[in-house]
Order: sequence, then structure tokens, then C-alpha cells
Amino acid sequence: MPESTLVEAVNLALARAMQDDPNVIVLGEDVGVNGGVFRATVGLQQRFGPERVIDMPLSELLISGACVGMAAQGLKPVGEIQFMGFLYPCIDQLVNHASRLRKRTQGRLSCPMVLRTPHGAGIRAPEHHSEATEAMLAHIPGLRVVMASSPERAYGLLLAAIRDPDPVVFLEPTRIYRAAKGRVEDDGEALPLDVAFVLREGPDVTLISWGAVVRETVAAAEELAADGIDAEVIDLATLKPYDEETVLASVSKTGRCVIVHEAARTGGVGAEIAALIAERALLSLLAPVVRVTGYDAIIPLQRLEQYYMPSVGRIAAAARKVYHFS
Amino acid sequence: MTETLSGDEQFPVIARFEIRRRAYLAPDGTGLRRLPSFAFDIALLVSFYRAMVLARAFDLKAVSLQRTGRLGTYAVALGQEAVGVGIASAMREEDVLLPSYRDSAAQLWRGVKMEEILLYWGGDERGNRSSGPAHDFPHCIPVGSQAPHAAGVAYAFKFRKQPRVAVCLFGDGATSKGDLWEAMNFAGVHKLPVVFVANNNQWAISVPLKLQTACETLAQKAIAAGFAGEQVDGNDVIAVRAAAEEAIAAARSGEGPRFIEAITYRLGDHTTADDAGRYRTPEEVQRRWKEEPIARLRTYLVSQKAWGKAEEEQLVSECQERIDAAAERYLTEAPRAPETMFDHLYAELPKVYASQRDELKGGSNA
Repeated sequence: MPESTLVEAVNLALARAMQDDPNVIVLGEDVGVNGGVFRATVGLQQRFGPERVIDMPLSELLISGACVGMAAQGLKPVGEIQFMGFLYPCIDQLVNHASRLRKRTQGRLSCPMVLRTPHGAGIRAPEHHSEATEAMLAHIPGLRVVMASSPERAYGLLLAAIRDPDPVVFLEPTRIYRAAKGRVEDDGEALPLDVAFVLREGPDVTLISWGAVVRETVAAAEELAADGIDAEVIDLATLKPYDEETVLASVSKTGRCVIVHEAARTGGVGAEIAALIAERALLSLLAPVVRVTGYDAIIPLQRLEQYYMPSVGRIAAAARKVYHFS
Repeated sequence: MTETLSGDEQFPVIARFEIRRRAYLAPDGTGLRRLPSFAFDIALLVSFYRAMVLARAFDLKAVSLQRTGRLGTYAVALGQEAVGVGIASAMREEDVLLPSYRDSAAQLWRGVKMEEILLYWGGDERGNRSSGPAHDFPHCIPVGSQAPHAAGVAYAFKFRKQPRVAVCLFGDGATSKGDLWEAMNFAGVHKLPVVFVANNNQWAISVPLKLQTACETLAQKAIAAGFAGEQVDGNDVIAVRAAAEEAIAAARSGEGPRFIEAITYRLGDHTTADDAGRYRTPEEVQRRWKEEPIARLRTYLVSQKAWGKAEEEQLVSECQERIDAAAERYLTEAPRAPETMFDHLYAELPKVYASQRDELKGGSNA
């Protein structure tokens, strides 16, 4: 089996979903002939036709809103927003419609749509192309927010998102679109949503992360192992609703927790997890829960962006501090 | 069209447009021109009349329930009944209606029950389960944001080669929003089977049309999206129905979208939470009462000897009876348990939220 990059895994999942289910429609800007700005949809229009792979007018609100209408009619639209910084016109549709169509019609209509978008910094892109604002989405009841951190999980989670009967925002870590490689078996097997993945087991400290920085988190765990600190690494994967039990079970075991995310600190998903631990696992804790996150600064342009994101060094330092806390 | 940019006529004109205004009945109920063929079916016109009278009486009841603390905020359609009835009556069951919050008249025609509308505005989502066509959208509250849904629904029809049409109702205020433009633009590109209907009632809460747009008409906005728009006298149910019939037929036969601007006037407040006396004069409203749709059609029906005092009295009492019975069913609807707020949140409630639902079950949190 050849290796696939994360973006190739996304493409494989889209193709598989479209092949399995004639109701799956891909729509977005440049997704057709051009195959998407990151090539996530490459080849799909040639294979499935322009009616199923729609080059949309340049309008993000429309992409999300048209998804709602299509989904209510029983199609399974998968919209693409080119960068997370262009997703904000979709917020009205996500909050006021997609997430609540089932609820406000008491199940008469539903909204099985997926909105995919690249997430995060690190590709030296122009302004507005490096956003990591998943927390605002994770705050919306009725929505699912999923983020892949490896080709295998991108494939399985995207298939699950498309098959899910409710709206899902699917975040794809831009920085590792091509850097992450793995053996993805195109077997149509979905991974479970709402479940966190334990990537590395260890008794000493729990490291929780999602998206591109899962890679730095794993690297930090390896560095810590060399020092004799055996860390457990959890990829949260689904941020809404998230897998509380896996988090609590791990923290109950280790008593120490570092939460790592690229997004700004205040009001981030990390704050939610820290609050959960405080509410439900306080007496297991042997040290304060520490967050290693993007700063509460606007993500800087490319000359400084590497200083913004959590590095292996910052993560390992935080883990050591937590580990050595008396 | 609105402005000449240059006096220089050496450059060729490369685009022109025109907008026509359709009307058959004058405000005094007399005919302006030969009526469309459906209007010779006098029983059909009587059914329009009955539906408009029912819608208005229902609105009055809703306001009275609100004023006595038995209903939440409600948006009346006073004076705009012809739009709802004219449009909805031109639709087929399998078409999809995407209404705004002021479109009870259209919803009632589509089979939504009065007690369901009351139940929703009385604070219970079960009202939106609706006895109307199961594929119809519930009324949309964030202005104009249902327009992209209409485009998506219409895309699904075209994709599946179904001869069905999406009909999107909204007010003049919605024409200022990007949502509508973006949906119309997409519908134009793909010739989608969708009809956009602007109920131009002249006011978006307190903001008059002239502060909404510098265009002579709202219908001309369709031109920029590449399809036809027309204006109709929205107080003339025959004109609304005729325009809707043509637009829906065109959309159904693959000719693409249409836009209808129905000129009406919001005779009532924006909602029961509004006081229109703050921003418009009683004289203006009084003047507009002379154009309202119900008296106009009644005058015409009487002139055709299709309606009289006896029929009117019977209709009024019949409406009252139906409305009172519906209100009674609404008022006696059993309340729901608090934990039902988690019903239909997802197809299956994620297990992490079960404890929050269970907290409500105890009832000790209130």
C-alpha cells in the first residue's frame, strides 16, 4: 500500500463517499476543474461530473446556506471553504440554521451536511489564511466539530462526518496536509466520531491535543521519554461533542495534564477541558493543569508565525514542569 | 438606467432592462384589464377570499392572545394576505415553501394548522412539526437567510430531475442582504427552479423603502442575477396568483428562476412588540387602508354576484368558530417536560450530554 498524505486521504474519503452514495455532492470555490486550492478535490469532477462537484460562485455564505437547503432535501452536501479565515460568513448559517434545523422542526427536517475547511498556520500564507478558531464552532449546540491529525484519521473521520445524520464542521490541518504521511487503506471504513484517540499510552502525564500540533505533542512525548517521563498522548479529534471519558480516565491515571492547541488561549477548547478536569477529576490531580497554546495575539504574518504556535520545546517544558510539580 | 454616466453617446448601449407592473383589479375592485383565465373560475376566487379572511381573523386572534399574555411575540400580516394566498395557491404540494415569519397566510394555505402556528409563537417548537407538506421549511426569522436554502433545495430538484419548485418568501428588508443576492446569483448561473418573492410592504420595522434601496424597483435586482423580475400589485390577489403561476411554471419547465416583487403595505405593526406610531403617521396608514386586498376582492366578487351579505356573515362566523377551536387546542396542549429541550438536538443525543438532560429530568434546577 503506497503512502498517502493527509490531503490525499481527504481526497480518497471524498471519492469513496461519492462512489458509495449518489447523494453526496461536493461544492466549493475552485473544487471542480482546479481540484481545490489544496487539491483536496482533485479528479472528483472528472470522475463524478460537474453536477456533483460544483464550482460555486465566490460566496462562502452561499456555500454553507446551499448545503442547508440540499441537506434538507436529502442530499449529503460536502462544502469546502478555502481557508478558515473565510468561514466567518458561514457562521450565521451554522448557528441559525444548520445546527438547529432538526431541533426547530422537531425532527421533520434535518441537516446532514459537512463543511470542510483547512485550519491553522504554518504554511507562510497571506493574512486571514492561518486561522485557528475552532472554539467558536465548538460552542454551537447541535453541531459536530471534528479535526483530523493524520491521514488515517482524516480518511476515517471524514467518511464518518459525511455519513453522520447531523451537520459537521471538518477541520483539516493545513500545515500537515502534505507533511503527514501514512498508509491509508481505502476500505470505506469510518472511524467513530465523538471519540478521542489515545496515540501513546503512559502513566506520567497526559498530553491532550488536536490538529497539526498533535505532531509536536507526539514529538514532545518522545523527547520526554528520553528523560524517563512516560507521557500519554490523546488526539481529541472530535471537539464537539468531545470524549470526556477518555480525558478523565487518562487524567485520573496520570494526575497531570497539559493541553496543547494552536488556537489562542482565552476561551479556547483547552479552557473547556481544564474546566471539565477541575469539575470531575480534581482530586486525581497532582499538579495544576497547564495549557500550551497560541498566544492571545492575532496570528502574525509569516515572519513571526512560528513563534505563535506551540513548539516541541514549549510542550516538553510544560510537561516537565507539571511532572516535577511536587 | 438610473443615472447617465456620460453624455457621450459614441459608446454603444450593451444592456437595457425593463420592469413591468402587473395588476388586474383596481383598489376599488373594478377590473383594469381582461383577467387571466384562472380568474374566470369564480369558485377559485371565492376560495382565495375565504383564505384571506381566515388569515386576517387568525392574525387578530393571535394578537389578542398575545395582548392577554397567552402568546409570545407575533408578526401580523395585516394587509398582506393576498401575497401569501396568491403565491401558495399557485404551488403544488411537492413544491417547497421557504417562508419568512410573516407568511402565516401562505402556510395556512399549505395545510399548516392554526394551532401549530400558535404553538410555535407560544414558545413550543412542536408547532414547527407542522401538518403542511413535510418538506416545507419552517418560517425563517433571521431576515433573508433562507434564500440560500431555497437555492440549495432548487439545486436538489434540478440534480434529481424532479419537476419541483422552491418558493422563497421574504420582505423588502431582505433585499438589502447579501444572502438574497448570493442565492439569486447562484440560481441564475444554474437556472435553478426557484421563485423569489419579495413582499414589499414598504417598511422594515421602522426603516422605509427609500432608506433600503436607491433602485426604482426591487424586481430589477433579478436582472443583475441574470433572470426576469416583475412587479405586481400585491394587494390584488389575482395579479399575485397570475405572476406566481407563470413564474412557477417557468421554473418547473427548466427556464430558471424568477423574481416577483409584490407591492403591499404593512398595515399593522412590525410585530406585537413594535409600535409603528413611532415612525409613521396615522394618515399614511389610513391612506393605505383604501388599497388593502380583502375589500378589493370582495367588491369584485359582489360585482360578479358571487358574494353577498349572507355569505359574508356565514364566513365570519365560520372563521371565528375554526379559530376559537384552534386556539382552544393550542391553549390546552399539554406542556412538555423540560428535558425535551434535548430532543432532536442530534439524531441521537451524544452520551456526554445525557447528564445535562438528566439534570433537567429531576426538575430541581428551576
